[in-house]
Amino acid sequence: MTMAPQSVPLVKRPGVPLIDGIEKVTGKARYTADLDHADALVGRIFRSPYSHAEIVQLDVSKARALPGVVAVVTGDDCPHTYGVLPIAMNEYPLARGRVRYRGEPVAAVAAIDAETAERALALIKFEVKELPAYYTSEAARAADAILLHDNKPGNIERDVHHEFGDVRQGFADADLVREERFDCAEINHAQIEPHASLAEFDPATGRLTVQTVSQVGYYLHLMIAECLEMDTSRIRVIKPFIGGGFGARVEALNFEIVTALLARAAAGKVMMQLTREETFITHRARPQTNIRLKLGMRKDGRMTACECEVVQRGGAYAGYGIITILYAGALLQGLYDIPAVKYDGYRVYANLPPCGAMRGHGSVDTRHAFECLVDRMARELGLDPFAVRRANLLHAPMRTLNDLTVNSYGLDECLDIVERASGWRERLGKLPPGKGLGMACSHYVSGAAKPIHRTGEPHAVVNLKLDFDGGVTALTGAADIGQGSSTMVAIAVAETLDISLDRIRVVAADTAVTPKDNGAYSSRITFMVGNAAIDAAKKLKAILIKAAAKKLEAKENDIECGEVFRVGKGDQSALPFADVVAAALVDEGAITVKGAFTTPPDAQGGKHRGGAVGSTMGFSYAAQVVEVSIDDASGLVSVDKVWVALDCGHAINPLAVEGQIQGSVWMGMGQATCEETRYLEGLPAHASLLEYRMPTIAESPPIETYIVESHDPNGPFGAKEASEGALAGFPPALVNAIANALKIDLNELPVTADRVMEALVQRRRQARLAKTTQAAS
Amino acid sequence: MHAPAPQPKKRLLRLRVNGRWREDAVAEQTLLVDYLRDVARLTGVKTGCDGGECGACTVLLDGEAVPSCITLAVRCEGRDVETIEGMATQGRLSRLQRAFHEKLGTQCGFCTPGMIMAAEALLRRNPKPSDEDIRTALSGNLCRCTGYVKIIESVRAAAEATS
Repeated sequence: MTMAPQSVPLVKRPGVPLIDGIEKVTGKARYTADLDHADALVGRIFRSPYSHAEIVQLDVSKARALPGVVAVVTGDDCPHTYGVLPIAMNEYPLARGRVRYRGEPVAAVAAIDAETAERALALIKFEVKELPAYYTSEAARAADAILLHDNKPGNIERDVHHEFGDVRQGFADADLVREERFDCAEINHAQIEPHASLAEFDPATGRLTVQTVSQVGYYLHLMIAECLEMDTSRIRVIKPFIGGGFGARVEALNFEIVTALLARAAAGKVMMQLTREETFITHRARPQTNIRLKLGMRKDGRMTACECEVVQRGGAYAGYGIITILYAGALLQGLYDIPAVKYDGYRVYANLPPCGAMRGHGSVDTRHAFECLVDRMARELGLDPFAVRRANLLHAPMRTLNDLTVNSYGLDECLDIVERASGWRERLGKLPPGKGLGMACSHYVSGAAKPIHRTGEPHAVVNLKLDFDGGVTALTGAADIGQGSSTMVAIAVAETLDISLDRIRVVAADTAVTPKDNGAYSSRITFMVGNAAIDAAKKLKAILIKAAAKKLEAKENDIECGEVFRVGKGDQSALPFADVVAAALVDEGAITVKGAFTTPPDAQGGKHRGGAVGSTMGFSYAAQVVEVSIDDASGLVSVDKVWVALDCGHAINPLAVEGQIQGSVWMGMGQATCEETRYLEGLPAHASLLEYRMPTIAESPPIETYIVESHDPNGPFGAKEASEGALAGFPPALVNAIANALKIDLNELPVTADRVMEALVQRRRQARLAKTTQAAS
Repeated sequence: MHAPAPQPKKRLLRLRVNGRWREDAVAEQTLLVDYLRDVARLTGVKTGCDGGECGACTVLLDGEAVPSCITLAVRCEGRDVETIEGMATQGRLSRLQRAFHEKLGTQCGFCTPGMIMAAEALLRRNPKPSDEDIRTALSGNLCRCTGYVKIIESVRAAAEATS
């Protein structure tokens, strides 16, 4: 393994450690399970042992009668569905009438201790009439399959049919047309913190406070209000420290609503801590996906047409499903210039835990197929993989065929960097046997331009408070889940005012205190909340400059803002920050300002059905090279090194950007090499961190990271997202590297040793056969 | 409120936690992680899995890194337990804590206490570890955020730091 320095930044600014980093390294950071709950009741959930069944009888009387049990709730306690899109909320927090997957919550208890709660669960009588269950998309789509949801014929949650440009003509113009099928396994976020929720209901005031692991506290707030039929003003959702998300927590989750139901029923405080197994069953991750992809290419590598069919096995309920199947098609575009694109997507219901959003939402599996097929066609045409990508670059600013706006585009620079850094030209084809190089590109949105709730509110609002102490408090609803978003807000404010970072405090994600924010998803925070923070800081700056100008008897235009306010450069006339604050507070008192950000309508996607999904103000772009070694006796693949470059527009915090790039590349490596959720008749067989294999530190490679800054015209300081864009490039770069090393093409993820061996055996068999045929003729 | 269920037999446990002796009545089947979190209120010790899978609960027992979620509290009688809360002295971060903070060896922070304790055990027995030594010592600690790159850099930086 190479010991070279793992990171050689092009960006010279080092960046800053996380503003909440000290709490994390000292153990002082309080995650939900760490909150004081000595006086809380213990919540437990009774889950369906059946994959698909009609509920005949649910008898909780014995559980309720058990001494020490304070509350029991069932589907009868909540007749409201919850979910993501208003048009697709088809899930009850506790099942009503029917259960559709093993592990679906059916009832819940709150008791004085864990033992009592568990004994109560054992006393629940659950009688059902079992129904046929479907564990594959194919079985669920069969003509004689019964419907999971009566209003969804064929068990199709949503089918999408988009065609842009003249696809037939595109294929006719091609010198080479190839079509292949790819199969990507279902995977899970597997954030290290298990799910937990602490809810307290005060019967005297009728107020409910929920502290929970959510990435979307405000959506949860609204969903709890609906499910519990409570006035929204009586609810408060607070985000403690959160141990990772990656999309696991971007929708209101059943256990969060259930804990709130229990707290109200018990008229007290309930702590619900899910086991790792239950955390896996709560799921909402990347669906198992089948892809049929057809591409047309000219001899010079120019793409002429793309036709793609995607089938996603979405699990038992809608969740984010409609958005996932739309993303899978929409993000075929925005990376390369393709004259014609046809997309057919099918989101299928099956009797498994519901899928949802996971890092690179919807785009990863189709990008995998695309980058693999492009590489194979390049090989057939005798073209270099880099040259083929360069033959199809976009030129910003532009709009794609499906009306996505591309305002900045640094992919060409990303390609140059990783080609050079990896020694691609010198080393490709010259590595020892069993070693190979592969590359791929990817991109991702910087925030969905159209919000899920179309209320007309801005996408992001940030409040700043400046008071007698001279400290600036930034109030943001944005959920820091470890990605460093609170640090980003602090930097945005400090840089705009040109003041010291330690002057800024960030208060984040408390629905009673902070302004509403849509949450941590679609990589929206840096772009949207960052812009709102700058907007607020500019308003504060104007107030301070006005006060300083008055005090210094100078023109506002001549005042320079900072830790010391000056009149022009080099002038002796100066005022320390504290004095300016004191001057600004005269007659006014504490200063509060508000900044906001909204995407303009022309960035919100096309007019076609589903056209909003994929639209964004700015795409991040990434290119990466992966070097692998494969043991051809065992099929074991090891990743020796990765070189990755990501265009994030501008790195507000280069240290955090590097961390995000490395983390996303590594997560792509997990999906590519070993991660897979498996079910035996609907029973999760993967639901522990040993069975769900993710790469340990021992097999994780050095990731040499480069930041490209294309300075997006609309991004905060020119910034775009940095947390998701690089993920999707890893799986295809790995498969392309294996093809380079062993001349085998793999179409299934993950690339397990047995799949490699099978392909090797098959290749040897074919080679033998060819030899025999040759000898015979 | 009803009477609680009959309690299991308890034993007086005497052990040293972060340098201070303490005595507590502890049920025989109590796991060290639950004792540390619920009785000693040291919630820097994390639970990330259903038992022995993730390393988030790693503490030092007589200087050796152990997963506290598969260690019985009563096995620690008379022994020395160290958690992340004992690493900073009078507010001064340990070299590993400083390095994990400055090099971004922590993102969400949930695996961090266990990761730092495992690294602490490594540096005590091997002050100048190679990257392979670091990989081996931390291979029982899962992190889902960093891709481990900056964790290795953090441990390396801590080893190179003079104090």
